[in-house]
Amino acid sequence: MKGEGFLGKNISSFTHALESVILAEDLCRAPGLLQRLDPRVKVATLLLFIVIVGLARSLWILGVIFVLILSFSLLSKVPLGFFLKRIMLFIPIFTAMIALPALFITPGAPLVSIAGRVIITEQGARTAGLLFLRVSDSLSFGVLLILTTTWANILVALRWFRMPSLIVDILGMTYRYIFLLLHTTNSMFLARRSRTIGSFSSGQNRRWLTRALATTMVKSQHLSEEVYLAMLSRGYQGEVRILNALSLKRRDFIWVAFALVVASFLLWSNRL
Amino acid sequence: MNTSDTGCIFEAKNLSYDYPGKIAALRQINFSIMPGELVALIGANGSGKSTLLKLLDGLIFPTDGELLAFGQPLSEQTFKEATFVSEFRRRVGLVFQDPDVQLFSPTVWDEVTFGPLQLEISKDEVISRSREVLELLNIAHLRERPPYLLSGGEKKKVSLACVLSLRPQVLLLDEPTTGLDPWSQGNLIDFLIQWADKGKSIVFSTQDLDTVEEMAKRVVVLGTEHNIVADGKPEEFLSDPDFLLRTNLVHEHSHRHKELVHRHPHLHEHQHQRYGADENMVG
Repeated sequence: MKGEGFLGKNISSFTHALESVILAEDLCRAPGLLQRLDPRVKVATLLLFIVIVGLARSLWILGVIFVLILSFSLLSKVPLGFFLKRIMLFIPIFTAMIALPALFITPGAPLVSIAGRVIITEQGARTAGLLFLRVSDSLSFGVLLILTTTWANILVALRWFRMPSLIVDILGMTYRYIFLLLHTTNSMFLARRSRTIGSFSSGQNRRWLTRALATTMVKSQHLSEEVYLAMLSRGYQGEVRILNALSLKRRDFIWVAFALVVASFLLWSNRL
Repeated sequence: MNTSDTGCIFEAKNLSYDYPGKIAALRQINFSIMPGELVALIGANGSGKSTLLKLLDGLIFPTDGELLAFGQPLSEQTFKEATFVSEFRRRVGLVFQDPDVQLFSPTVWDEVTFGPLQLEISKDEVISRSREVLELLNIAHLRERPPYLLSGGEKKKVSLACVLSLRPQVLLLDEPTTGLDPWSQGNLIDFLIQWADKGKSIVFSTQDLDTVEEMAKRVVVLGTEHNIVADGKPEEFLSDPDFLLRTNLVHEHSHRHKELVHRHPHLHEHQHQRYGADENMVG
């Protein structure tokens, strides 16, 4: 049924999004290597690795880094399939536009010729490979950070790195209320399905969707006003004060030392 | 900031409030709240209960008349003074009807510590108060949870915890038992009665007449014209079917039979016996 398909697909997407978040929250609390680290140390060292990835000039260094990432992922109890699926979702978006043309337009010695007309050069393949691996490695570090750190701790780390408090607060509330609005929208879809017999044309579905979006927007505006009052009620006066209860442990120092050694080795190899 | 000369915590004098577009929310409200009182605000939907609680919490201000808290007017002018705001927020806490509105922090712990931290209470004190409140409400295990992964009942408890960590002298609650299962409702009512026994004032709004009967020592009834139509002891009004019908608190087809099945006071020394065997259980 056409209408059923439209509603059913949206409802299952909402449910899937919520399930992914719950799974990710569980991963953040798993007793793994990266989960045990202080979030500030984790953000700083993973950023250092991303810088090394940006500086790497050879495919083998980028390959080694990717192997390292997979090892970190395994040691952090992140299922490999789940991790790779997350990366693969984003890689085409970030690389296809840049890496694909580089295959064909970079001048150099021919490597493969397609129908004698389209030629992939050795240099082109190398450039595209470098771009692909750089994006994959950088993204993997980002995904690994998110999968092994609770959103609350990422915000604490951002605050510690002097990101303006207002931006951190907006990020925190956006993440928190996305779920509420997602839940509200899902309920709207379910309510419609409960009153639907037969199918709707795509035009009718679009009109309904527009109205649902407008309703959600009005609700979110009302919610934001109420949240502001709730903040005022508990003493908010323009800047959020938080407890900074983080403290570095021995394992954090060991991790920093390990990261510095690996980073130095990779940089040294890069110069050879 | 102390109580007024009359000893009142709150005193409303001809208070009116209009929403933008001259939509009446409250009309000619006159009442006062004394220290240690446990007051229920009841009234039909849209009678102005939530608006009155927001006015008492200094979140909105009267469009006409006057509202005094601890002898000082609650107005935009007084809320420009940082010392007044800080002192007032320490003394008065509001638990919103919708817990999602109140739970905006990344975790339960951040939420409970939010209020005292904004009021510049020392960090050690904030930690000690927050731990105590989490233990008191049996929600210490939720400490690191994000609000979107809490159940409805847990959200209500966390909302209450994040106001209790302010250790307010006056607790305002907007429909605290709505959406709770009967067991959680009973627990919450017990908790609030014990809290009031410590000399704290509680003003709560509700639609549930049984909760009023169990908790409140005084009831303020808001009518459909957004004014106070009754103010007194619960037993004076709740046993008057005509009054309840007139104020839209019951439907003509409904009837209250709680007293017939459960006649003992909420706080009691004796244990329940098997249903039907207890002499207090009738029907």
